[in-house]
Amino acid sequence: MASIELSGIGRSFGAVKAVSGLNLQVADGEFLVLLGPSGAGKTTTLRLIAGLERPDTGRIRMDGHDITESLPASRDCAFVFQQYSLYPHLTVFDNLAFPLRSPLRRSAPGEIRRRVQEVAEMLHIEGKLMRRATELSGGEMQRVAIGRALVRRPRVFLMDEPLSSLDAQLREELRVELRRLQRSTGSTVIYVTHDHVEATTMADRIGILEHGVLQQVGTPLEVYGDPHTLPVAQRLGSPAINLLPVQWFEGRAPAGTAQVAIRPEDVLLSAEGEAAGFQVIECSLVKHQLVAERHGVEVHARVMLDEPLAPGAPARFGFPTERCLFFDAAGRRIATPGLAAGL
Amino acid sequence: MAEIRIDKLHKRFSDFVAVRDSTLTLADGKFVVLLGPSGCGKTTTLRMLAGLEFPTSGSIALGGQDVTYLRPRERDIAMVFQLFALYPHLGVRGNLEFPLRNEGLPRAEIERRVREVAAILRIEHLLDARVGGLSGGDRQRVALGRAIVREPQAFLMDEPLGTLDTEFRELMCIELRKLHDRLKTTTVFVTHDQNEAMALADHIVVMNQGDILQAGDPGSIYNFPSCMFVARFIGRPAMNFIPLSAAVQPGDEAVSLAGTAVAVPRVEAGAASAVLGVRPEHVRLVAPGEGQSAVVQHVEYFGSHWVTEMTTAAGSLKALVDKSQRPASGDRVAIAFNTARVVLFDAATEQLLASATTRQHQEALRHGQH
Repeated sequence: MASIELSGIGRSFGAVKAVSGLNLQVADGEFLVLLGPSGAGKTTTLRLIAGLERPDTGRIRMDGHDITESLPASRDCAFVFQQYSLYPHLTVFDNLAFPLRSPLRRSAPGEIRRRVQEVAEMLHIEGKLMRRATELSGGEMQRVAIGRALVRRPRVFLMDEPLSSLDAQLREELRVELRRLQRSTGSTVIYVTHDHVEATTMADRIGILEHGVLQQVGTPLEVYGDPHTLPVAQRLGSPAINLLPVQWFEGRAPAGTAQVAIRPEDVLLSAEGEAAGFQVIECSLVKHQLVAERHGVEVHARVMLDEPLAPGAPARFGFPTERCLFFDAAGRRIATPGLAAGL
Repeated sequence: MAEIRIDKLHKRFSDFVAVRDSTLTLADGKFVVLLGPSGCGKTTTLRMLAGLEFPTSGSIALGGQDVTYLRPRERDIAMVFQLFALYPHLGVRGNLEFPLRNEGLPRAEIERRVREVAAILRIEHLLDARVGGLSGGDRQRVALGRAIVREPQAFLMDEPLGTLDTEFRELMCIELRKLHDRLKTTTVFVTHDQNEAMALADHIVVMNQGDILQAGDPGSIYNFPSCMFVARFIGRPAMNFIPLSAAVQPGDEAVSLAGTAVAVPRVEAGAASAVLGVRPEHVRLVAPGEGQSAVVQHVEYFGSHWVTEMTTAAGSLKALVDKSQRPASGDRVAIAFNTARVVLFDAATEQLLASATTRQHQEALRHGQH
């Protein structure tokens, strides 16, 4: 496995700056998630690392060696895509063995059998080795695709939304499995997604990309609890962080505040709070969620209720200042004391 | 506006029973969700309400009138299949007028209704816009508008949000609920998605394999599931089930979990073998020595909270842990349950066992109805 270092990377397609001024270090054995909306530059970053694109500016190093000019094959990165891209006419065994039989490797048949078996066991598909790829379920196909990357023992895994075409339950299962696998093999993984749940549950560190610019890099706790900008705060969390009118915080918001934000789990549902006059729109025990509205402002609160509140019922919220995040007109966080507690 | 009454409704397709002797009253003005896995009979029930299928036996009354064998056009019901479909070549106004023109209403009446619907949905300023340029949310509002402009007695919706992505689906849930609060038109909504059901419904009907397993308000279904299937089907992470090693007797106020006594609501119906059920949010970490000891096996961070998987002497279970805490794999912790929210099931029949809390809940519901 290997470490990766990107310094000063820029890549444009015509007038579009896909990635600019990108500096990022990924440690050997680290699971790094690049999170961002579509068009943020996530996939371009992966393709630059793989050597499928050349940067206009900047250098890429692997284990300290400059690989900016090297061919993709010599970089030894394994790609896993959202679409399974298996060979439909081959069995699971042959799909898994394929990379080992390539002219570059030409492993011995005994070695191939041993490694395919090992990977199949890791992914719980050892019983399906003789099936054709087309006879598998979506989850099994994606397991095989991941297996085909694993069997090569590459230096780096590059994964581009590998779970996003699966249904919710499978995604949940594979999320846990993929992370367990990465830990046990000590692989370096750079994982691209727009799903914040995948980011917080899987990553050692999350890098948030918006418009080709890396906004913030940190552990899930750091990025969620201490966002430096409003876009970062809005990228993580479901339901999204609440944006409240500054007028509600007169005398409480620091100078220069243009936006006040508070996470749904930090909103208090109080019998005697400061903000009365809300009307319940939706209350879900399953999602532990209460949505209420006042003067056209919708507030989402994460609350554990024994009984649901009826739609239309009045509600009263508390927005403790120490749990609020304050942003200036440019979307930068204004430092306030006591926020560390929100981490 | 109308009450819908279903009496011993039965539907067989050759030797397959799609809906089995269902009896149900859907109160006027309520938002009712038929919830269950695929093949449970929810869509067949809806299609019989719409008149797209006729039952094998039983009857359907809409606002007191028997409509069992009326054709769809003869029932004053609007069926909404897919909220997203709009006519791209028509503008917003054209899309809203379309269902009314089909009915041959006079121009002035069409004009009045379109204005009214646009006002309700806050899309008046978009009436002359083209559909192509609209944001996703506005498109969906127009689609909703097209369904309500006919002013039917009831809406029937078959997984209308099924094809939307998660984020958008949640927005539309809120939009639908707001609309219903304004119009109060009886709505029957079919879905397999428990989140949608719990967010939208006044009343949920849980079905499986043609049977109605439970019908009630979301709180009753979540807190007092009638059987283990309903308990498993609703709530993520799912309710924890812990098999008990000894029988439970009426009057018991505690059960033994691997030798430790755990308080439960007073048992009113016993069982030779039972299963304790507790939802992950009702499992909390307590000071060492105050509860069952457990070892954290696995944690997942969701920002707002952690999901922790733990093993105890009585089995493994999951707990939701507040974000202010930092659970880690290998931690030795102690856990306790929110006793009022612990339920017991008969292990043989998988049915909920009556207890002091289930009885109190039943009584509260009865009083609420008077």
